[in-house]
Parts: sequence; structure tokens; C-alpha cells
Amino acid sequence: MGSATEMVCTRGLGARFGAVVAVDDLNLSIGAGEIFGLIGRNGAGKTTTIKMLTTLLPPSAGTASIAGLDVVKQASSVRRLIGYVPQALSADGELTGYENLLVFARLFDVPRASLKARIDAALSFMGLADSAHKLVRSYSGGMIRRLEIAQSTLHRPRVLFLDEPTIGLDPVAREAVWEHIARLNTEAGTTMVITTHYLEEAEALCQRIGIMHLGRLVALDTPGQLKAQAGADTLDEAFVRLTGGPAERDAGYVDTSRTRRAAGRLG
Amino acid sequence: MRATSIPRGPGAPPVGSADVDESRVAAPAGALAALASFARKTAAIADMEVRKLRHDPTELATRAIQPALWLLIFGQVMARAHVVPTGGLPYLDFLVPGILAQSVLFIAIFNGISIIWERDLGIVHKFLATPTPRSALVLGKAVSGGVRSLIQAVVVMLLALALGVKLCWEPLPLVGVVALILLGAAVFSTFSLIVACVVKTRERFMGIGQVLTMPLFFASNAIYPTSIMPGWLRAISHVNPLTYQVDGLRSLLLAGTVADGGAIATDLGVLAAVLLGLVVLAARIYPNIVR
Repeated sequence: MGSATEMVCTRGLGARFGAVVAVDDLNLSIGAGEIFGLIGRNGAGKTTTIKMLTTLLPPSAGTASIAGLDVVKQASSVRRLIGYVPQALSADGELTGYENLLVFARLFDVPRASLKARIDAALSFMGLADSAHKLVRSYSGGMIRRLEIAQSTLHRPRVLFLDEPTIGLDPVAREAVWEHIARLNTEAGTTMVITTHYLEEAEALCQRIGIMHLGRLVALDTPGQLKAQAGADTLDEAFVRLTGGPAERDAGYVDTSRTRRAAGRLG
Repeated sequence: MRATSIPRGPGAPPVGSADVDESRVAAPAGALAALASFARKTAAIADMEVRKLRHDPTELATRAIQPALWLLIFGQVMARAHVVPTGGLPYLDFLVPGILAQSVLFIAIFNGISIIWERDLGIVHKFLATPTPRSALVLGKAVSGGVRSLIQAVVVMLLALALGVKLCWEPLPLVGVVALILLGAAVFSTFSLIVACVVKTRERFMGIGQVLTMPLFFASNAIYPTSIMPGWLRAISHVNPLTYQVDGLRSLLLAGTVADGGAIATDLGVLAAVLLGLVVLAARIYPNIVR
């Protein structure tokens, strides 16, 4: 089941929807404390991979484990060890920031005696203490993201999965989100698996990067090695050479409508 | 690398590393502890839904209009016609429990649409990635549907009082009324959740919701007794949970009726059994909505 310091491990992992192969023969090994970036275009299989690792989608092929626990056979134990921030807005706009955290603290079995202290600490860590009792509907996009990360880390997960954590944020808000992610990593030693298509950010934050293309992992290395391997000056250039096109390509109708609908609800 | 250059904040971080291991793998052990954890998590979900309602109660006000129309217009006209055999009750009295159950049904049957919302947003994904039994996620929603319906029930009961219907205010029957409303609402909101998991889009859900409510309503004893139904309709009404809810409400809610303990136990039992079956089924298919 991998070594003691191996947090995420996949062997021949695959996902198939009818005739469409979303993820094919994925082999990953992510160490404890690592910030691992998964980059690729829309449809490359990043989100499907994350869904399998977070127990939401049973793999069609192969195996995956978190800290040595199988994501299918030991799903509920895995769920105690992971935090998950989905790509779409996952905080509830009809609740306050505090209430959003309260429900997750309860679901993660945070002891009742330390509930309030844990929530208040998470709010101030994420710079949200002043807005704790405002409805999330009135939050900015960056604040919502930080709240969502707080929700997913209340139980101090060993591995935090962040699916496109900075999508749709302005540069200042994006910077703040990355800072908080980095602090969680250094201060709590949380292993991070991040999908993104902002390559310069992946480069600045991630120790290793896996590039996915059409469901397959086409490269996996440190940002420096990836550039060297592709003979490129920037990660963008390396990405283009390894996959035959740029990372940021227009989202399709369904993606766009989902993103906008979600954004519309939280105003 | 930026990861190491970020300065530590002045406050204590929420994520210390010393006490990490105990708190995060504190899995409840034993059947009793598991049951307590299940109850706590169901309550956490229900509490969240009730908080949402508290932040925006306007929906409750608009919900009062429909039962008011049924009682004021349909009820008054039918009462003059004297065509429905009610077993000696004034028709309006006969109608009140039916309209109470109807308004509960109409709220609960659309409850499921919220999970389509939450799926589109990503909220369901996050809940499913927590160590929460799927049945607790489902039952928590059902309980919140029940609470919502209780508020509605109070509105209908006030309307009935204003129309001169004599209600029974004994404590024990009232407890029975609350139980019947909670169970009925939970049954129909869980049914609605199942429909939502199957159809998966809002548009299809709204269409099916409209199609389901009227048959459930008319194939029940809500506005006329099953004794005047044609045989085939009566057969359907006997497998319709709404009939059992109305039956129980009719004998407990009104001052002029004598409650039969055995019949009420049957009504409660049928609703509880249906709820159990639906929760088990819903818990099984709930994860499909994010796949």
C-alpha cells in the first residue's frame, strides 16, 4: 500500500462514462506535505481524478488510496482524512459564514466542547472574522473561496483537494487564496492536491506538477524539470509542447452556464 | 518557492500539528456511538436547513395562500352542496385535515429541487466527501421538510379556527398530529429527493413534480372519503401514503371525532415504514447525483 510518507497513490486508475474514457491508466504517488499540481485543459480528466480520490466517483479501473486506505473499500475512513474544495461554489449563500462552518464542523465530528473555538480560529485564519455573521451571499468571490477552504480544513485533514481554487477570482483575491493555501501547507503540513490552469501559479506553489491531456498523464516532474524536458523557457511553453495547445482554452456551453449560474446565485 | 516564504500570522493557526492525529481519526466506535453520531449528523443537516428558512421566511407567507383558497372557496361551495358523505361532520371540518395534508404534500414534493441546486453549485459534492452516512444526509433533509411543514400546519390550523372549525386541543392528540405531519412531510420530501436524483435537472424535476402532486392529492381521502371512489381509484388510494396521513389527522385534529387508537397506530406505522424504505433507497442513489 505504499510507504508511510505516501499520502496519495493511484495504480492504473481509470474512469469511463459509457464510451468516453475520462481518465486512463493514471499512476500517481504524492508524498506527505507535498503541494502537487494537476494541470490540463477542461476535459483533460483533472476533476474526474479528484472525484475518484475524494470517494465521490468509484473508479472504473485500477485502485487509489489515501494514506494507505482504499478509496472504495475504506471510503468512510478516507473521508475523515481528506478535505475537498470543489470547483463550483460550495458555500451556501443563504447561510452566514459561521453557519457554513458549523454544519461542517458537526459533520466532521469536531468535539462539541471545541466547536466554537475551532470555527472562530478557522475564520480568523482565513481573514473572515469580521464577516462571520453576515450571509455568504454578500461575500466577495475571494472571501467565499477562503470560507470554502476553511470548511474543508476544520477537521485538520491530511490531504486537501482543491479543484481550480482560483477560477473566476481577480488577481488580488487569487493572491490571497494562494497565500492561505501555502500557509496551511507550511503550518499544518497538509498535503495538497491542486488542479488549475493558471500555470504561473502552479509553478510558484507546487513542488511537482502532473500534466494531464485527454485523460492521460503525459508528464510528471518538478516545474524546472518539466521546462527542461520540453526545452521551454516558461511552463506555458512547456505545456503547449507537451500537449499541443495552450492550457486556457474556452470552456464549453455547459461549463460556462454552470459557472455563471453558480456566480449568479451568490450575486 | 512561495510556499516557504509566506510569513506566519501573528494569531495561533487553527491547524496545529501537535494534536492533529487524535482529532481527525476519531471514528466513533460501537453501535450505540454510531447511532448517536448518525442522530447528531442528521440534526446538523436539519439545523442547517432550518437556519436558511429563518434567514428568509418570505416563502412561508406565500405558501399560506393556496390552502386559504381551498378552504375559503372550495370548502364553502362544497359545504352548501351537501354531496359528500362525511360521516356526520360539517364538510368544512371534514376538509381541514385534508387541506392540511395537501399543503404539507405540496411543500414537501418540491423539496428535492434544492439538491439539484446544490449539485449545480458543488455543495452536495462537499457533503458527500465528509464522513457522514448517506442516510443521515437524506434524513436530515426529510426532517427539515417536516419542520417547514409544521409551520405551514400552524397557518392552516389558524385559518380553520377563523372559519369556525372546532379543533381538538388535547395534548396527546396534538402530539399525534405533529407526528403525522412530520412523518408525512418526511415521506414526500424523501420521495422528491429520489425523483431529483433520477431526473437530475431542474426543468425535468419541475415538470414531474407538477405531474405527481395532483394524482397523489386526488387519489386520496383529502377532499372526499374513499368510500365514494370507483374501485380502481380506491385501490390506488390505499397505497397512497397521503391517505394514511389524512386518516390519522382527521381523527386526531377535529374536536367532533373519536380517535381509534389502533387505526392511528396503523396510520403512523404505514408512514414510518414507507419513510424507512424511501430513506434506504434515497441513501443508495443520492451519490449518483454528483457522478
